[in-house]
Amino acid sequence: MHIVDGALSTQVLVVGAAVSCLGLALGLRRMPLDKIPVTGMLAATFFVASLIHVPLGPSSLHLIMNGVAGLLLGWAAVPALFIGLLLQAVFFGYGGITVLGINTVNVALPAVAVFYLVRPFIIGARASQGLFWGAVGGGLAVALTTLMVAASLWVSGDEFIPTAKLVLISHIPVVIIEALLSGATVYLVCKVKPELFMGRG
Amino acid sequence: MDMVWVPNRDPRARIVLALSFSLVVVSLQVVPLLLLASAMALLVMLGSGLVWRQTLKRMLAMDGFILLMLVMLPFTIPGDTWWQVGSLHASWQGLWRAIEIALKANAVILMLLALVGSMESVTLGQALGKLKVPMALVHLLLFTVRYIDVLKEEYQRLRQAMKARAFEPANNWHTYRSVGYLFGMLLVRAIERSERVLEAMKCRGFTGQLPMLVQLRMGLLDWLFMVVMLLLMSSLLYLEIFHVLV
Repeated sequence: MHIVDGALSTQVLVVGAAVSCLGLALGLRRMPLDKIPVTGMLAATFFVASLIHVPLGPSSLHLIMNGVAGLLLGWAAVPALFIGLLLQAVFFGYGGITVLGINTVNVALPAVAVFYLVRPFIIGARASQGLFWGAVGGGLAVALTTLMVAASLWVSGDEFIPTAKLVLISHIPVVIIEALLSGATVYLVCKVKPELFMGRG
Repeated sequence: MDMVWVPNRDPRARIVLALSFSLVVVSLQVVPLLLLASAMALLVMLGSGLVWRQTLKRMLAMDGFILLMLVMLPFTIPGDTWWQVGSLHASWQGLWRAIEIALKANAVILMLLALVGSMESVTLGQALGKLKVPMALVHLLLFTVRYIDVLKEEYQRLRQAMKARAFEPANNWHTYRSVGYLFGMLLVRAIERSERVLEAMKCRGFTGQLPMLVQLRMGLLDWLFMVVMLLLMSSLLYLEIFHVLV
């Protein structure tokens, strides 16, 4: 969900930039030298995810998967998702520059929340439990992102309140589908490479 | 002067200019000035060597909810009647606000694509490093751009395999489960690949510094470009602040 330049109020942009810088600093601190390859590779994977479409009713939607990013990366999800947003803006024209901070916050902070709230349940869990908690994490992350996008619009001006409401309602099916997809993803990871969910991220 | 001149300018200057341009544009409020800013971005785009048809298409691409927001603005901002059908009331103020946002978003993206999008992604990483962006972030960026294409091909191979087994996406659990597994497999393979890469890097004594292949140097033309662009941007701000056009 990319907000474009020119719509949000200055306060929202400044808060977004400040919080994302803080998140980036924390994320980079928890990413020692030998974690850079795996973080970069995962950042590339989540970038590719945004190119994968699944059908939804007569239309389709692309994967976000920030919940799974949080489960696997923890705080390092902030730089990983930030790089994705930066590349999308620079080479594909999605989003913008002044909104890069708030867009990063909206996508990456829910990922970190899922890391703290949901990952403890997945560590050492059976695959079937992985399916359930993966779905919870995936759904929760997209739900939080939707709420934060709506809130960014809401506080930017009264004229955006109807849009914010529409964003909330229209993303209910997205939350459900992301939950299903994330559940299946975590189930597979639990089966194939369970050591990814052992110990710290 | 050559038709394609942007790629020859210093990448650091281009990044700084794209950033300052976006800050200037979002602070403009007057539609004629936004049109001037868009014209400026269009001029730079013509010198960037990008395929203009594709670039304009990318510029116009926005998320569905943003388009919806623009369409809804005339109805959500109260003001003088633009048109009215029954209880549906569209205001001029709302229409102008929507035009303003659309112009801002497109001008910023166009300038960004023209100045920075026309760069090799490796050059972008190096230039960001020279601009004091933390090295860990630069390395992360370089890794990510290096492997996006590799992983995209991996994705397409997996997708091909599913197709060979007669997978048809539809609105059902089977589809969501299969795509979820597909993405999970992609993650597992990416992580295993990163382990191999890390080992190879350790073998070669990686110390946290990737050598920079290109030496960047600000030449006379680069400074000239900076000065002209900054002057144009300051005049936009001047006109905005002193209400010259209204």
